Formats: sequence, C-alpha cells, structure tokens
Amino acid sequence: MYELKFNEKICEKCKSIDCLMKCQYMDLGLDEAREEWKKLIRGDDSRVLGDCATCYACEEYCPNKNHPFYMIVERQEEKKAWPVPIPLTEQQLLVMRPRGRIKPQKLRAPVVNMCAFPMLQGTIRGKLFEGASTFGGYDVFCNIMWLHFARNSTIRERLPKMIDNIRNNYLKESGVDEFICFHDECYGTYTHLAPAFGIEVPFKPIHLFEYLTRKLDALKKQIRPLNEKVAYQRPCSNRLVPETQHWVDDIFARIGAERVKRQYDRENALCCAGTIQAQQKDELADDVQKRNIDDMAAAGAKYCVFNCPACFFTMKDLVAERGIIPILMSELCHIALGE
Amino acid sequence: MKHEELLHRCFRCGWCKLPVNFMDINCPSYLKYRFETYSPGGRLWLLRAWLTGDLDASDRFKEVLFSCATCKNCVEACGIPGIKDHLVDMIIAAREEIVNTGKLPPSIRNYLTEIYNRGNPFKKPQSERGDWAKGLDVPVYNGQEYLFYAGDVGSFDESGIKMTRAVASLFLNAGISFGILGENETSDGNDVNALGEKALSEHLAVNNIDQFTKRGIARIITLSPHAFNAMKNAYPLLGGKFEVYHYTQMLNKIIKDKLPLGSFKARVTYHDPCYLGRWNGVYLEPRNILQSVPGLDYMEMGRNMNSALCCGGGGGNYFSDMLGSGQDSSARRRVREAEEYGAEVVAVACPICKKMLEDAVKDEGLENQMRVMDVAQIVIEAKRKQA
Amino acid sequence: MEKIYNELKDIVGAEFVSNQPEELFIYSRDMGTMLPAAPDFVVMPDSTEEVQKIVLLANREGVPVVPMGGGLVLSGLTRALKGGMVMDLKRMNRILEVNETSRYALVEAGTSQGILQAYLKRHHPGLKHSIPDAPPIATVGGNVLIHGSGHLSQIGGFHSEMLNGMEAVLPTGEIVKTGSCSASPYWFSRAPLPDLSGLFIGWAGTTGIVTKLSIKLFPAHPYNDARVFITGDIELIADVLHRLTGTQLTEDITAGVSCIIGRVQIFPMVIINYGADTKEELTWKRNLIRASVKKYIDDKTGGFAPLPPASRADLLKAPNPQPTQVADEKKGGGFEYVGSIMPIELFAGAYNIGVEISKKFGIDNLMAARIIGGHCMMFSYTYTFNRAIDADVDLARNALHETNNAVLKLGGIPWKAEAPAQKEIIKHMDPNTFQLMNRLRSVLDPKGIMNPGNWEVG
Repeated sequence: MYELKFNEKICEKCKSIDCLMKCQYMDLGLDEAREEWKKLIRGDDSRVLGDCATCYACEEYCPNKNHPFYMIVERQEEKKAWPVPIPLTEQQLLVMRPRGRIKPQKLRAPVVNMCAFPMLQGTIRGKLFEGASTFGGYDVFCNIMWLHFARNSTIRERLPKMIDNIRNNYLKESGVDEFICFHDECYGTYTHLAPAFGIEVPFKPIHLFEYLTRKLDALKKQIRPLNEKVAYQRPCSNRLVPETQHWVDDIFARIGAERVKRQYDRENALCCAGTIQAQQKDELADDVQKRNIDDMAAAGAKYCVFNCPACFFTMKDLVAERGIIPILMSELCHIALGE
Repeated sequence: MKHEELLHRCFRCGWCKLPVNFMDINCPSYLKYRFETYSPGGRLWLLRAWLTGDLDASDRFKEVLFSCATCKNCVEACGIPGIKDHLVDMIIAAREEIVNTGKLPPSIRNYLTEIYNRGNPFKKPQSERGDWAKGLDVPVYNGQEYLFYAGDVGSFDESGIKMTRAVASLFLNAGISFGILGENETSDGNDVNALGEKALSEHLAVNNIDQFTKRGIARIITLSPHAFNAMKNAYPLLGGKFEVYHYTQMLNKIIKDKLPLGSFKARVTYHDPCYLGRWNGVYLEPRNILQSVPGLDYMEMGRNMNSALCCGGGGGNYFSDMLGSGQDSSARRRVREAEEYGAEVVAVACPICKKMLEDAVKDEGLENQMRVMDVAQIVIEAKRKQA
Repeated sequence: MEKIYNELKDIVGAEFVSNQPEELFIYSRDMGTMLPAAPDFVVMPDSTEEVQKIVLLANREGVPVVPMGGGLVLSGLTRALKGGMVMDLKRMNRILEVNETSRYALVEAGTSQGILQAYLKRHHPGLKHSIPDAPPIATVGGNVLIHGSGHLSQIGGFHSEMLNGMEAVLPTGEIVKTGSCSASPYWFSRAPLPDLSGLFIGWAGTTGIVTKLSIKLFPAHPYNDARVFITGDIELIADVLHRLTGTQLTEDITAGVSCIIGRVQIFPMVIINYGADTKEELTWKRNLIRASVKKYIDDKTGGFAPLPPASRADLLKAPNPQPTQVADEKKGGGFEYVGSIMPIELFAGAYNIGVEISKKFGIDNLMAARIIGGHCMMFSYTYTFNRAIDADVDLARNALHETNNAVLKLGGIPWKAEAPAQKEIIKHMDPNTFQLMNRLRSVLDPKGIMNPGNWEVG
C-alpha cells in the first residue's frame, strides 16, 4: 500500500546523475555517483545513506522527476541506516504523535493550516489575514518531517489519517475545500509527496506565498515600498515544489524588496542545517550556516526572510548576530503595509 | 471570597519578594516589615488560614492585608503562570471581605469616610477642588478636545498642586485644546477600589462616567497614573469608554514640535510609578521626554521599569501611611538608591510618588543634594532657560 | 515568656520580634509535607552582636533556637519542633566584600542568591557564584549549610565545598571564625587549618548560627551554551554522565526523567551547560563534549537534540523558575522532594526506585539528578500535591518517607532530610559516627537549645 512511484529504468538510462552530482553535501565524481546510485537501487550499502543531509534537493535536481530523495529515504529505512540517533527519532515520534483529540470545528475562509506550528498563530494577523480562521496541531500534522528521520513508514501510516482529520473535522464541517498552507512543507506534502506515494488528497492546498501575492494585489494602494535588500532562505521543502519559487519574486516586487543576488539562493540554496545538527554533524552544520550567512552579509541584505519556521528558529539568532534582521515573509509584508 | 480557589496554589516560593532583576527586595511591605507574613506569599497563606478558620481577622492580620501597596511587583516576578496575574486581585478581594465586615483599620476607615462624605480624602470642601488652577487661565471644560483630570492629590495636596499646574501650563503653552472640571470633578475611585470598597469605587466611577458622557467628553488626560488606570481599565467595564492618556503620553507627543526647550543641567533618574509602569506598561514616554531635554544627564537606577521599587504610596497606603515611616520604608530606600546612583534629581510622573519621595528626601537628610521633580516641572525649567 | 519577649524586643527592636498568631502560623510550617510545629516567638536580628545576645538569652533561659534562612528547604528543618524561637536571618543580608583576584565573596548569612547575583553582575561582571535550583530569595548561607548544589557544581562541587570559611555564634554565645579568616584578614580558603567549618555544615542548625561566610566565585563567561543529550536506555545514563564529566569542561550537568501516571514516557535527557570566553572556545568545548559520548552517537543509541533558541535560553537560566513551577503541576501549590546523594553508577537503580514508588502510590514522580563534580549526584524524587486536599498531602508524605528508606537501602543518603528521615539515616550510620556527633554537640550546645528534634534518635 502506498508504493513509491520510482522507476528504476529511468535511472538506468540517466547519464548525468544530477541527484548526486549536484548535491552540496557530497562531493562525488560522475563514475562514483553512478556506482553509488546503482548500489542504492540494488539495495546495497552506499555512502549516500550516511552522507545524505536529507535536504530534499535531489527531488528538484532530478530532470526525470523520478523521486530520488524519496528513494534514498526508502533505502535508509530498509537498511536501518538511521540518519538521526534512534532515541531522538523515537522521542520526536512520541512528541509529535496524533493525539486523537481533534473535534469538528466550523471555519471561515480563508482557512490557514498552521500544521505543527499553532504557536505561531499570532502571525496570522492584520490586513493580510483579515477574517481568516486557522487550524493546527499534531492531529493535522503533515508528517513530511519524517523524511529527515528515514521514516517513510511513519508518513505512510500517519499522513492518510491526517488528511481524513482535516477533511472530516474542518473542511467538510465548514463547506470549504481549500486551505492556505502556512508552511510549504504542507504544500509540498499534498502536491508532491502524497501523489508520489499514491495517497489521495481530497482538498486543494494553496501556497502561502500565492495567497500573499493575491492579497498584496488587493492592498496595493496601502503598500509603502520597503526599498530594502532582502535575502531569502529557501527551505528544504520548497525543493519539492520549485514551481512556487516565483512567488517570492512576485511578493518582493510588490513590496519593493530587492532579492539580493547571492551564491546560495534558488537551486543552489543551502539547508538551514537544523537537520544536519540532528545528524550530529556539528562541524558540517557550522560550515553550512557560516557560508550561507556570510553570503547574505556579503550581498548587503538587511533582512533574511523565511518561509519555514524551523529554518527561522534554527537560524534567527545567527542571522541577527550578523546584523541581519530575521523575519517571516508575512511579517515583512506587514511592514510594507505599515502594520 | 473572589479568587479563593487560587489561594492554595501559591507555593510561597518568594520569587515575588525580589524584582525580576533580583537587585534588592522589591515588595514594599516585606521590605519594611521583613516578617514572612508581610510578603505576598505569606499574605496569601494567612488569607487562606483566615478563610479556613485557623486565624482571626486581628488588627495585625488587617495590617498585613492593607499594607500591600498593590504595586504588582509580585505579579511581575511570580513564577507560577496559573496564578500570577491574580495575585493583587486576591488581596483586593480579601480587603473587600474585610470592608464588608465594617471593621477596618482606622486610617483606612477615615480615608473612605472622607471620600464618601466630601468626595476627597483631604477634608477640603468640594468648592475648593478647582482652586489649583487660580491664576493660570485654564478653561473649564466646554467641548474642548481633552478633559484634563487633576484628581484628589493633584487638586488638594500642596506638592500635587504644583505638579498639576506645571502640566496645565505646558498644555496651555503648547496650545492643547483642553478643559478642566474644577469644582465639578470627583474622585476617580482607583485607590478606593484597591482598598476593597467596591461599592464606593463603582459609585464614583459611574458618577464620573455619567458626567463625562453628559459633557460629551471623549478624550481624557490624567495627571495621576492612578486615575489613568481607573479610567482606562475599570471604567470600560462599567460602560465608560473613553480615550485615556496619562499626561506623559501627551507631553511626549508634543515635546519636540511644540515646546522649544533650553537646557536643564542635572543628573536625572526616573522613578516609574506602579500604576503607569507595571499596571499599564507605560515605560518609555516619560523617558523619551527626559531624554529630549537638552543638557539633562539621564541615568537609570538599578531597579527600573518592571523592576522599579514602588514609592510605598499605592493601594491606599499614601493615605493609610502603613508603609511611610521607618528606615526601610520604600520611599526612603528608593531615594537612597537614587543617591547611590548619583542622581541629583529624581523625576516622577505621579503626584503620590512625588509626595512620598519628597518626604523621604527630607527624612534621609538629602535636601541639599537631591530634588524630586515631576517630569513636567523639569520641562518647564528647561523651557524657562530657552525663554 | 513575657520576660523573654521583652528582652528580645530590647535586643532587636519591637518591630522585629513577634509572638503574634500570624507570624507563629507562618513560621510553624514550610512549603513541604511536614506537619506544623509552632514557635513561641519569631525574631529577626540585624547583626552578629544581636544574634549573640539572643543566643545568650536563649542559653540562659533554655529556650530552643531555630535558625532560618530562606525557609525553603521543604523538608521542615526550620520548624520549631520543641517550641522556642525561630530566628529569621534575612535582615542580615549585606554583601561585605568581593575579592576579584582570588574570586571570593564575603556575605552575611541571610544574603539571598538573587541579590548576590545581581550585585556581581553590576559590580563584578566577570564573576558569578553557583546558583541552586531554589528561588532567588533562598539564602547563600542556608544553601551552603545544607550541602546544597547548583549551576556550577560540576566545577566546584557541593556549595559547602565552595565555602572558604565562616563566622558563627556558638550555642553558648561565643563568636568563632573558621577557615583562613581565623588567622588572616583574608577569607580565601578552609585550608591549611583544621577544618572547623564542618562543625556547622549538614547539622540542620543544631550546632550554632552562622552569621557570615565566604564563598568561592567563578568566571562569568560571555558565551554560554546548553546541550541536551538523549538516550532511550536508562542503563546507559551513568556511563554517559561519567564520560561527560570526564571532559572537565562543563559547568553543570543534570539529568532528568519523569514517571507521570497515564502520560507517555519521555526519554531520559542529560542537560549540559558550559561557557567560554570566545565563540571559538565554545565550539571547541562543544566538540570535545560531543567526542566524549561519540561511542553512543556512532551506534545511534544516543545523541544531542537540536534546541530551539527559546529552549536553550530556558536551560541557561539561573535561577530557573521551572523547578518552582512544579508546585502548580496539579494546580495544588505543593511539592516536596527527596534529594538523595549517591554515587553516579546508581542512576538506573535510583530511577527504578522512583518508578516502583510511583506505581505503588499512584503518584507522579519527577526525577532528576545534578552531578556534583563528577563524583556523585543529587538524585531527586519530586512529588507534587494539592495543598488544599489533606489526603493528597498525606500521600506525598508517605511516598517521600518510603523513598527515603529505599534510597538508604540502595546506598544513597537523603539530603537535608526531614526529621523522620534523619532517624532513618542514623539507623544506617556507623554508631561511632553518631556517637561522635552527639559528643561534639554536647560540647558545643550543652543545654541542647539548637534546633532540638533534629539529628536525634528519640
């Protein structure tokens, strides 16, 4: 049940092995990459299992959309090549387990799915979210996070229940069939991961940045252009939905922000290093964070804007130490709206 | 008793005795009396014992209860989220119970009686209430933008009157559209409420709300943080919804554009009034004003903002004087702290703080090296230099 | 009684002595489960001389004296078990000297932890002292004298080991000094003299009243970090602690595990705090700390959890409000704990005791350990109760009593033990040791006026 749609034959014909050759955390020659990938497909041990930073990027790099990252995670789990110490994973599984406490609730559009971040509900405010209602918590957690823990089995087990929970307790009750994903992990889950595993999604997720773009158009007259340089910290999850990237530029254009040109943006973005820390690779995490923030500083960014709350919490102090203001995208928009 | 169900949840851990920055004992009654009984936790435990019949409402029990200055240091410092917001509410609720018995400490009974009989605790006739404005050309309220509310201390106490006149002068000078109620003004009820006389405080509030509404008053500037608190937080619960400002908030708005200033050369510190700071979160405006004055050497005491030490006059203690005397009275400790930090002027923004600290400066023999000045008085002096 | 009361008034002033029901009520109890025991008076001296006069009076009249600091031990040690007077020492809270170079502070015994910390931050920002997990109003003197520990105990051991010397008033009224200050104007150490400070530490106030003390201070580093090591196997914890303490790089190591009825078991976690003068040094320490437990990281049986900034900030707080907040766990305003001192290798055994007692009594048990200098630990079993429900208080008291006994059986020793637990300790104690204690006390306190009812068999 819920088989990953991965086609070995596509990989056999692949000449570029972009999934590994473009990886920013493994330095492989083409022959080595091909050999390691073959090992993975065969189910043999491979250094990829241990060296993978679980940044999702190869999902974007693969020109054939053959889900190389999901396949790596499958193999990690099969081989018990746990990227994160077992007790950290097990504790996290307990902490983020569904509570079964969900109760049907009537919501009013626009509906924002806060997923595992209901504590950030305070950011759903102001003109951008006027009249919005929210839901969130571990009973509606998208569970994509377990990709970092080699636990596709948990996603297979929990995600369909979450989808049912959302539909039965919020959407059906409210007569709505779409919601805004506060985090693009959710958007990636419902538009990319679920189809890759054959999990049915009976509602329409809307990317937060798409919603913000629309709202900014409606509030156009009230926008005071920021005229500031802004670095964007592109999160792992956006690797699943690169087609949504343009909304960052669209929003910036509307609020008068300049997306600074820098080495580690767009396809070349670096992970916030939170998962690398969980993998106990502190030196690598230090290096990744330093290169990333040095890059922002060199580009003259005043703000570093985040989509992912986990990236925000991991990097905010480090960014602030360098004199760059860490901020969520919606908060940056609030500033432009004078809020 | 209201909030009775919370009493036993106080662990008496004592976080409440210190400010959040731990610099020194910051509960005025504990500072003066030093017995555990006079600490916030001790007081709550005694209340519970009284309610369970283990203790009587003795004179000492009442002294413990009524010596709380309602300064909210305990609310700020308490480590138990489930009860901290209601610590002072519990004290006021217990006072209400004692008020209902009719057996009050004499100083408190006298205060409440005077308010009831004459509308003010200074034993002065109501007709003299507006006398503070004599010679100032302050208009009686007649549809101006703001009502300037002087309050009991600002209307009748000599030191308070100086402060009221200073504020009114600045507003006149800056062309603020305001009027006063003069002999028609009545007590705000804040401290009456803090002493547990709920019915009288509501009566005063309703009278004020009624009068303000009839006169079409929408915006109020208060001299005292106590009146500010009552009108901002208690009146809306009784239907009185006004835009309420403390005078420092208004002064802060106009100081740069409408009040050209000369210099005021002195080392100045600011003493936060509890009903402005901890009760209402107004910390920055008075500081902005002071820091706008040319030549003024501004410095903070160690206990500042939410860690400020109360003057000891809150919660009715200005009138009952349970905390006013002795080496370790709050006010005396406060001026000693100001002295330790080298302040030549202690700036205040409350007529009660002003009087309490002025007396403390005298008691400490510091008259020759330290002045207590209201923020508005400092601005006026600086303005004179400019002229 | 009236005569004594009047004499006390003459000594400290009328406002600082009380025989009123309100004070007798509050001073007859602490926040724990021990039953009230009322004094006849409460007195608050302001100087060593006043303490001396009070003690001379008490000695003459044969009136018990119970010295009290913060009154926060929770185990009822400041209750007047045989009446007499509780001497609240918190008016004696002056900070008398800070020696920057030799890193010590001389304070009056009633000085609170919080006020000393604030004073050092203001006047000596490069120095700090070890803060216990008690509220900031807890006194420096009280905590040293009960063998407390705190957030620098990995560097300096028990707070009693951070003591350089003291001034004390003997039960017979003499004022004595112990440590270097007895032979030098400096209060720098207990060595090289006979260590008489031990006559007053751990005695629950039965040998005299300490009025001044000098404690060691430590560097206050500008860069600080906390890490949390998690493992699923309780049996591994002792070795993890052994490895971490072996680095000699940490300021504080604590381990926490809870047994909460009906709640999912959270994994044991070890919290490691450390500081440095530069970021590079902090990173270097982090790497060495991680290297010490590499074995477990490599075999995936343990690892460090990434911490959100807010959690990290919470872990670095000292004093930390969280231990106090336990009191509201049941919305009941009460908790007490058995803090037992034991060797590190008993961690798993100590945990098992907690689980058994939790199950037997049907009571939540929050267990934690602070590692003391890599040599032993204070393993605590915390039981919350609802103060408004007598049966709940009784349940906690019984669980505490059983825990004390189980700890002794395991080879640990209850710390700042309640009077009943002291009797249990005496049963386990070498008889000659207890005899020596009694001989010393009979010399120091021939009339037995000091906190009677403590360290007694009967």
